[in-house]
Amino acid sequence: MHQVFKKPVSLKDIQTHFCPGCHHGTFHRLVAEAMDEFGVQERTIGVASVGCSVFLYGYFDIDVVEAPHGRAPAVATGVKRARPDSFVFTYQGDGDLAAIGTSEIIHAANRGEDITVIFVNNTTYGMTGGQMAPTTLVGQRTSTSPYGRNRSKDGAPIRMAELLAQLEGVAFSARVAVNNPKNLMDAKRQIKKAFRYQVEGKGFSFIEALSSCPTNWGMDPLSANERVGSEMCSYFPLGVFKNDSGL
Amino acid sequence: MTQRLFMKGNEALAMAAIEAGCRYYFGYPITPQSDIPEYMSRELPKLGGEFIQAESEIASINMLLGASATGVRAMTSSSSPGISLKQEGISYMAGAELPGVIVNICRSGPGLGGIDASQADYFQAVKGGGHGGYHIIVLAPSSVQEMYDLTMLAFDLSDIYRIPAMVFGDSVIGQMKESFVPNPRPRRELSPKDWVVRGKGSGAQRVVKSLYLGDGELEAHNWKLHGRYGVLKEKETRWEEFLLDDAELVVAAFGSAARIAKSAVMEARGKGLRVGLLRPITLFPFPEKAFRAVTERCKKVLTVELNAGQMVEDVRLSVARDADVLFYGRPPGAGSLPTPEELLVQIEKNY
Repeated sequence: MHQVFKKPVSLKDIQTHFCPGCHHGTFHRLVAEAMDEFGVQERTIGVASVGCSVFLYGYFDIDVVEAPHGRAPAVATGVKRARPDSFVFTYQGDGDLAAIGTSEIIHAANRGEDITVIFVNNTTYGMTGGQMAPTTLVGQRTSTSPYGRNRSKDGAPIRMAELLAQLEGVAFSARVAVNNPKNLMDAKRQIKKAFRYQVEGKGFSFIEALSSCPTNWGMDPLSANERVGSEMCSYFPLGVFKNDSGL
Repeated sequence: MTQRLFMKGNEALAMAAIEAGCRYYFGYPITPQSDIPEYMSRELPKLGGEFIQAESEIASINMLLGASATGVRAMTSSSSPGISLKQEGISYMAGAELPGVIVNICRSGPGLGGIDASQADYFQAVKGGGHGGYHIIVLAPSSVQEMYDLTMLAFDLSDIYRIPAMVFGDSVIGQMKESFVPNPRPRRELSPKDWVVRGKGSGAQRVVKSLYLGDGELEAHNWKLHGRYGVLKEKETRWEEFLLDDAELVVAAFGSAARIAKSAVMEARGKGLRVGLLRPITLFPFPEKAFRAVTERCKKVLTVELNAGQMVEDVRLSVARDADVLFYGRPPGAGSLPTPEELLVQIEKNY
């Protein structure tokens, strides 16, 4: 019998704490599959951030360092410089990376650190209970924007994948989603490309992963999944914004 | 034969870090410590090490956290306002039991303050400057020789106890040139770092973290940390005693204040006053027992600091119950460094 589907070796056989309909689990799987396919699990050092993503070490069977809120790219810089032979990635949410950690992500990217950043954008602070994030869409109601995000007072949501693509140090930047099978297959391809950049020592790679957050959006999993494809994808277009080596 | 060198304190410190095996440095420019990143940026690349001028103090301390988690010896340095920014990372390092050396060439504050010699970050250094109730090892050099020796010790103690260590100097100690002997790194028994992340290989997963959510986990973790602080107090407390045997008055001072105080003590001796000096070298662990012992006999302690009174609180907590603890100090700033003559007046007044 030929086995066509199995749990990636880099993932532990364990149930996640993620809410029903959340896309974190799917992204964990795609990252683990890429890890398996490149055979880097044994030399991987993951950098966990603060938020729903902090339990990285609970699900991935790899060595992990926990970073303070927003500082994962700086921690990853220290890790990679000290152990250049290791495969280093950060896994960060939007509050972590696009608000408190903007300085760290911009400068790690600009130095062209040879690391991979997986940035999960669900337009809200998930772990703390659904507050407004830098990526919250205009008009979106959250627990700290009860009247909807106000463009003139709160600014417009930040498009990190495009912003980082402007930097010389960034080799690869793409935005992906897993709201339907087609997008999921493409997400897997892009995550693999991002990994390939690091495996081949070709520089900083960045994946922005659009995710649902049914609990904090006040939606059932299906409508939340639909919102990713409609509202989110129209403001945060999927695509590759930088691909230096044309991988 | 090891030659004698004539160098700035900050340079001696950087040289010692390299002798101690530090090959990774992360920092950000700030007066009066910029000689340290300058030295490291010049020397580390020659040794196959890494120097990063980070975008901020926050990034620097987190790079140190990351490098240290992989088991290498690494360092960051700054001065007061920058050390405030590093407190977040220091708390995480303390929580995750990560070694690492942090240098504070203390300047005057609060706020932007000034660049003059100061000991006003004493509380911040010894009481756990960030959140969460922890301590770090704090060493206070008072000469260029000690900038060299204590920096090497900082790396060893930090590795042995898995507690971040701070070398706490100021612009007097950092900027002055003095002769010193660059001793080779002392041999010391160090346990292998079996806790580091290097990629799990074929072994079990290793995690460096400070998050403990399980019932009772965090309390147990904290008791473990505090137990280690107790061992530090027992084993690693260091101080200098100068003319204490017959002293009627003990001057207590550390770092550059202790240098000035020592001159004043010698002048007082010249006038026939029986005065001695007790100089804490480790500020955490604080030499509580040394203060207790000396005040069993001598009942008067004059604490001298380059601030409005901070270490004096630890002196008061340490002395025998009936000892009298006095204080002389000035908030630091341009023109407020006390002279030996000024301290002599205080000694004579309180003798």
